[in-house]
Order: sequence, then C-alpha cells, then structure tokens
Amino acid sequence: MKQSDLKAWLYLLPAILFLGIFMVYPLIDVFIYSFEEGYNSASQTVYGVGWYNYSYVLHDPYFLQAVKNTFIIVLITVPLSTGLALLISVGLSSVKPLKDLYQTVFFLPYVTNTLAVGLVFMILFKKTAYTDGMVNLLINQFGGESVDFIDGPYWAKMFIMCFYTIWVVMPFKILILTSALASVDKTYYNAAKIDGTPRWRVFTRITLPMISPMIFYLVITGFIGAFKAYSDEVALFGTNLNAAGMNTIVGYVYDMLYGDSGGYPSYASAAALILFSIVLTITCVNLLVTRRGRPGYAGAR
Amino acid sequence: MKVRLEHLTKRFPNSNRKIKTEVTAVDDVTLEIPDGQLAVLLGPSGCGKSTALNLICGLEKPTEGRIYFGDDDVTDLAPENRGVGLVFQNYALYPHMTALQNILFPLQNLKGEAKLSREQMTEKAMEAAKLVQIEELLDRKPGQMSGGQQQRVAIARALVKMPRVLLLDEPLSNLDARLRLQTREELRRIQRETGITTVFVTHDQEEAMSISDMMVVMRKGAVHQTGKPQEIYDEPVDLFVAKFLGTPPINVFEGKVRGGVLTVGADAVMELEDTPDRDVWVGIRPEGFIPDVGGPLRCGLVGVEVMGRDTTVVATHPACAADNLRAIISADTGIGSSAGEVRFALKREKLFLFDKETEERVPFRAR
Amino acid sequence: MLFPFYWMLLTSVKSYSAYNGEYIPQFYTLSPTFENYAEAFTAVPLARYFLNTLIFTLATTAAMLAVTVLAAFAFSRLAFRGRNVLFAAFLSLMMIPNELVIITNFVTITEWHMRNTFQGLILPSVTSIFYIYLLKENFEQIPDELYKAAKLDGTSDLKYLLRVMIPICRPTIITITILKVIECWNSYVWPRLITDDSDYFLVSNGIQTIRESGFGRENIPAMMAAVVAVSLPLIVLFLIFRKKIMDGVSRGGTKG
Repeated sequence: MKQSDLKAWLYLLPAILFLGIFMVYPLIDVFIYSFEEGYNSASQTVYGVGWYNYSYVLHDPYFLQAVKNTFIIVLITVPLSTGLALLISVGLSSVKPLKDLYQTVFFLPYVTNTLAVGLVFMILFKKTAYTDGMVNLLINQFGGESVDFIDGPYWAKMFIMCFYTIWVVMPFKILILTSALASVDKTYYNAAKIDGTPRWRVFTRITLPMISPMIFYLVITGFIGAFKAYSDEVALFGTNLNAAGMNTIVGYVYDMLYGDSGGYPSYASAAALILFSIVLTITCVNLLVTRRGRPGYAGAR
Repeated sequence: MKVRLEHLTKRFPNSNRKIKTEVTAVDDVTLEIPDGQLAVLLGPSGCGKSTALNLICGLEKPTEGRIYFGDDDVTDLAPENRGVGLVFQNYALYPHMTALQNILFPLQNLKGEAKLSREQMTEKAMEAAKLVQIEELLDRKPGQMSGGQQQRVAIARALVKMPRVLLLDEPLSNLDARLRLQTREELRRIQRETGITTVFVTHDQEEAMSISDMMVVMRKGAVHQTGKPQEIYDEPVDLFVAKFLGTPPINVFEGKVRGGVLTVGADAVMELEDTPDRDVWVGIRPEGFIPDVGGPLRCGLVGVEVMGRDTTVVATHPACAADNLRAIISADTGIGSSAGEVRFALKREKLFLFDKETEERVPFRAR
Repeated sequence: MLFPFYWMLLTSVKSYSAYNGEYIPQFYTLSPTFENYAEAFTAVPLARYFLNTLIFTLATTAAMLAVTVLAAFAFSRLAFRGRNVLFAAFLSLMMIPNELVIITNFVTITEWHMRNTFQGLILPSVTSIFYIYLLKENFEQIPDELYKAAKLDGTSDLKYLLRVMIPICRPTIITITILKVIECWNSYVWPRLITDDSDYFLVSNGIQTIRESGFGRENIPAMMAAVVAVSLPLIVLFLIFRKKIMDGVSRGGTKG
C-alpha cells in the first residue's frame, strides 16, 4: 500500500471504526438475532434457527395493534400535513413582509423537545378530576360532550395523536415548501399573467410542477418519518404504550428490548426487520410512482 | 538561477480506465533557461505546458528525466524544498484571509533555521507588498479586491520567500484586455527588479512575444522551437510554429517546386537555386506582400480594411489553404479597390517553405 | 401554532393553588410567580439532568465534528485506492434506520458494561454519514489551486485542513454543529434505553419521569416550568442562529 493511501485510511479510521461497530456489525447481527429461536441473554444460548420469532411477532396482538396504529398515523398525517402545508405555504408566499416572523414561528416546533411540548398537549386535552381541560371546555362551549383525549376512547386518542403529529411535522414542511415556492422563477408568473392565465391554472400548471420534486421529497421522508413514530406517542401517553393501546411498531421494538416487558432482543429484531421491509417497500413504491429521484439525500436518520 | 530540464517525460494513465494506453503529457523535453531570464512556455491548450510547469515546481513527479536549478538536482525534492513561487490562473488566494495574511502564509510554514520572527515576517511581507504596490490593500480580503489587485497579492505571495524560480500559470487570462496589458508591463518590471528566473505559461502568442526573453513553443508534449521571440517569428522551424505565431496569422498555400521554379497554384512566384523537385506548403506572412500590377501572385480581391496605420487586403487565391488570405500593406501604398484582381510581389524573407509531409522547414535560396 | 408555547409559559408562572382553583382556565395571569421554577429545580434533579445533557451534547458534538471533518477531508482531498467504493458504501449505510441497529447497540453497550455511563450514551451517537456527505460536498468546492499553493509552501495536509479548509467551510461546519446539538438535546430513545439510573438521565428522560411520577402530585405548573426550562436553551440557540439552522435543514434534514 502506498504511503498516501495509508494516510487517507488513517483519516478515515475513526469514521470507519464507529460505523463498523455501531452500524455494520449491528446490521448483520440483527439478522442473526431475528432467526435465533429462544435466545436467552443470560446464558447466551439458542434453541434453534428458524422463522419462529417472526411468527411470534406476527401473532402478537400487541404487535398487530401497533401495526394498525402506525398505519393509521401514516395514512392520516402524511397526506394531511403535506396538503395543509402546501395550502399554508402558498398563502404565506404572498405575504412578504412577515417572512422572518413566520419562519421563526414555524421553526419553533422543530427545535423544541417533542416530549416537552407533548406534555403541554397532554395538559390541554386531558380530562382530570380537577378540570376537563382547555379543549374540552371549548367543546362544551359549542355544546359538545367532554371527552378524555388521553385516557378515553380509542378514536379520541387517535385523533389527538394525529393532531399532535401534524403539529410537529407540518412546520418543517411549510418551511421547505415556502423556500421551494420562493425559488420558482418569477418570469414564469409574469409570462402567465400576460397570457391571462387564471390563478388556479397558474397554480396547477406552473407552480405545482415546479415544486413537485420538493413535494415528492416531503412525502417520501414523511412516510419514513411517520412509520418511525414513537417519541410523540410517549409524550402524550407515557411509556406504557401497550396499556394505552397506542403503541407503534418502533415502540413495540423498544418494549421488546427493554422496559417492563423487555428482554427479547430476538422478537425486537424480527419486528424491526418487518418494519424495515415495510418502509423499504413503501419507499420503493413511492419512488416508482413518482419516478423521480429525490433531491439531495434525506432521510433515514 | 539557471533552470535545466533534461529528457523530461511525464505520462499519465488514461482517464478512461478501459483504455490501457498512457497519455504522454510531456515528451522528452530538454531545455535550458538562463539565469534571470523570463521564459514563456507557449502552446495551444493541451500541449503539456502546464504539466511542464507542475513538474518544475514539484506538484507532479516526472516519469523520466531530471530537473536542475543551477547545479542542484531538484527532481526528487518536495515542492516546498525547491524554493519556487507559483502564481495560479485563478490566483488561489485563501478567501478567508486578508491580503497580508495571504502573503504571510508561506513564511509561517518555514521550519528550523529558516524560521522567522514575527517582525521579520511582517517586514518581508511589506517588502513584497511594496514591490507589487498593494501596501494600502493589505487589510482587505480577496473578495473585496478587483481581479488585478488579487493578481498582485498572488504575485506578492509567490515572491515573499524570495524563490529561486518564479512560475506563472496563465496569470493574465482572467483579466480584462486593458488590465492585461498593464499587468503584463508590471510583471516585466517586477521580474527585472528582482532578477528572479521566471517561467511563464500562456496560450496567447501575442502576450508571449511581448513579455519574454525566451520563448518555448510546445505542441503535444514536445518542444518545437526555443529562442528569442523575434528569432522564432522570423525563422520558424516548422509549419506549426509559423502558424501559431503572428496576428493576423501566416497565409498558407499549396505549392510545388519544379525545375527550380516555385509555383503557387498556376502562378510561378519565385526562382530557386539548388532545390530539388518537391511538393511544399508555402507560408507567407501578411507583411510579405507588396502590391504590384506586374507581381507574380494573382489574387481575387475581396475587400480592403483600413485600420489607421495599416491597410489589410483580403483576397482569395485558388491554392490558398484557407478561404481568404490577408495581406498588410502600409496605408500610403493604396491599391485600386475597384479592381477585381490584385497582384502581389513577395518579400523573400517573409516567405517560408515547409515539407508537404513532415511540415518541417525547407531551406531555399532565391535566385 | 404558537398557542401551546404560550400556554406552557403561562401555566408555568401560575401558582399551584391558582391553577387548580381555575375550573375554567384563565388566558392570562395577574400575579406571575416563579415559585414553580424553584419547585421544578428542587423537587426533581433538573439541574443534574441539564448538566448531563450539556455534557452529552458537547461531547457528542465535538467527537462528531472530529470524525466527520477527518472523513470528509479524506474523501474530498486525498486520492487513495478504493475511495469511490468506500464512499458509496457510506452512502448506502445512510438508508439504514436507527431502529434496526439500536438493538445490537444496546446489547453491545450492555456487554461493554457501559450502561449508565457517558461513554455508553455518546459512542453510538457520534457518526453521522449525512454530515460527512454534506461537508465533503462543501470541501470539494474549494478550488484545487489552493491545495497546490499550500503544498508549494510546504503546508502539511493536516495544517491545510485546519488553517484553510475549515475556515473556508465554517458556515457548513456551524450548521452541522447546530443540527447535531439540536439532535442531541432532544434525543430520547437511546438515552432511555441505556440509562435507568436517574443520575445519568438527560432532560428528555427527566421530563418523562416528571410526567409519570410527577412531583408526587399533579403539579402541572411546576411541570410546565420544567418544560419551559428544558426548551429554552434551544429556542435561544435557534433565535441566534436562525439563518444557519434554516439553511442546514432545508439542505436535507428531517425530524425523526
């Protein structure tokens, strides 16, 4: 090996070391775990090799509940947050003077701790012995019944879940879309104006196609992000998500690994791989449907 | 410091990996640049002149051959130990440092005995800044300076270590036309004042002719001709060199020597002594034409361009390799522009013959 | 959008009795109090969590910067055999979600007896391929001539990196630093897995603990005070570096 080669590898050594230990090795390991049946972490023994872990996980009612919850969250929040973000950013792009202000406002959810703000949401929506909570009082004002959104019926919990998720992810999308809108060359709009193109036509025929790469990017990363939902749920419902019936796939993985019901890395691995294959499939389908590469590298952190 | 290149060769692997052959960028170049002279490496792009420069300064290692500065063999020395200064086409100033910090940077790398105190460094930097006349710009960053000013800073940075050899890689091509002229003179002055042996790379023949003590014309990695600019212009060794120098360029005709008579197309233009029969290229400099109603070269007149001192006659000739030929005549020797035909007599010393195959110069004597 | 923030701030300055006395919550308070903040910092070791998070964030970010800068430099500036293959391998690793590798990492750290230690918290969080990629792209925009000029002056690779490349790419480096700080400050999953000793809790875990066991009672104003305290550093950081964060995020960050 040449001396210059040696030097380059030296510079890369820390990165390779860290990635090797905490990325590559685990990747291989997780496959092995997921096929080892009856792994006992205390005695480091295995009964056999096979698909048992997968079949256990797939028959676990908690897992099925988690999959159901995750899919509901994905299907509701991704289209809704993207659509709303698009509407809002189109509206905002005509308001030039307050640009700095609304950028700041929309960015706050990005920098604040999800768990912290989740707590605020919980308080706003929770019904306790002392008070019905802000939101319920509002509902009462309009003649509705109080509902406990945190410990109450499933639909209420799901509603607040999606509401909070949208609140968390939408601002980021608005920011991306407003900057995409701002980068559309103004001459196109002027050209359209000269032709007397109606506004909705300008939007659908000029604006949308121009920013479509960004929209695709947001949809794809939105899917990936929503499938990995976990800490938002913890913020609202606490760490015992199974009891609340609000677990997600990622939450299931962690619960299997650790906590009161933990200690089953094999099940956790199997569940994680199932999640990964779902996400991979959906991302591929997304990419096929849109047939466009996503701009930049995003994503799966 | 005399610079000597001996059989210098540089081969690169082909950038297309599938092709196994190597590209020879510099091909067996032997060359000597006398102490204190300004030498220009001149050639079209891709001729290997920049590679030659990189070999001299040590950024590239030669495949074969040696490089000497004076009597020192520097071939195996690292760039920093050769004592060279290099000015880049795009100046390569560090954008985050002020002009002064840029000039100081090379000094701060000195180690051991050569290490300077802070005062000495500043003193040297100021000297260099004074030489290129940028004392009042030292606090500015490159982004706040014009191209010409950046150029001066780059030169000061290259000079601050008092290099044995100063190398300039197309230093003027990023400047606009007027600034280029000015900087050219400035460079000449700095080079004369410091007396540093300088190698200057350019593809602009006019620039090369005006600035150099010595010119090296290169093509495809090989040196075609070396000499004083005027010598090369007056006595090109081959058709390439003849065509590369001069504006407007030399006019080239297909010609024949038969029985001691040189004919261009149907025109017998000159009688030669002791020249065997052969096919030739005939090169005639634009200033080699004399309008003469009885002249041997009969051309079709296309137009006349009067440009102050000179008049350019644009004409056609069936044997001319290009569409038109251009002749420069002094303004007072007017020709009737109404005439459809114009005839020229030719100046013997402005006419060159080149072999049709090898394109090398064929000596001849006119009778 | 802003209402939860307002509510958080408002509740945090209401006194405990006043808050519980309001069946219909007031949208303002006439007698703001800071006793909740005192309560938040004394009833739970919030200061400790802060310190832990600060140590974790600073150490992780510093280590990340060192690793990232060196790797990006090697990829962008040094020619070596296998560079393209290795870089492609790095990029493909970017697709691997954290959830997949966290299981083994948990086991690894446990086996190394690093649970409830800062090393255990920090080590798996150090590398970020995306930042290596971002910085490599930025490094590559520096013209080749600068490197040649520096070589000619006898500048070593390391000195060139420190004196020339890093200063030129400072905006990008600041951006990735801030993004990493945000990521660290808000990280929850890994710290939760790896720490069960509250001496090593980060603020996220702290908040969660407060939520579950509270202050012994449902002291919501104190909870909100804790939440404000936890959120404040990042909000301040954000307001200072707003442009840089925006820039970095729109170049391809995601929350998640």
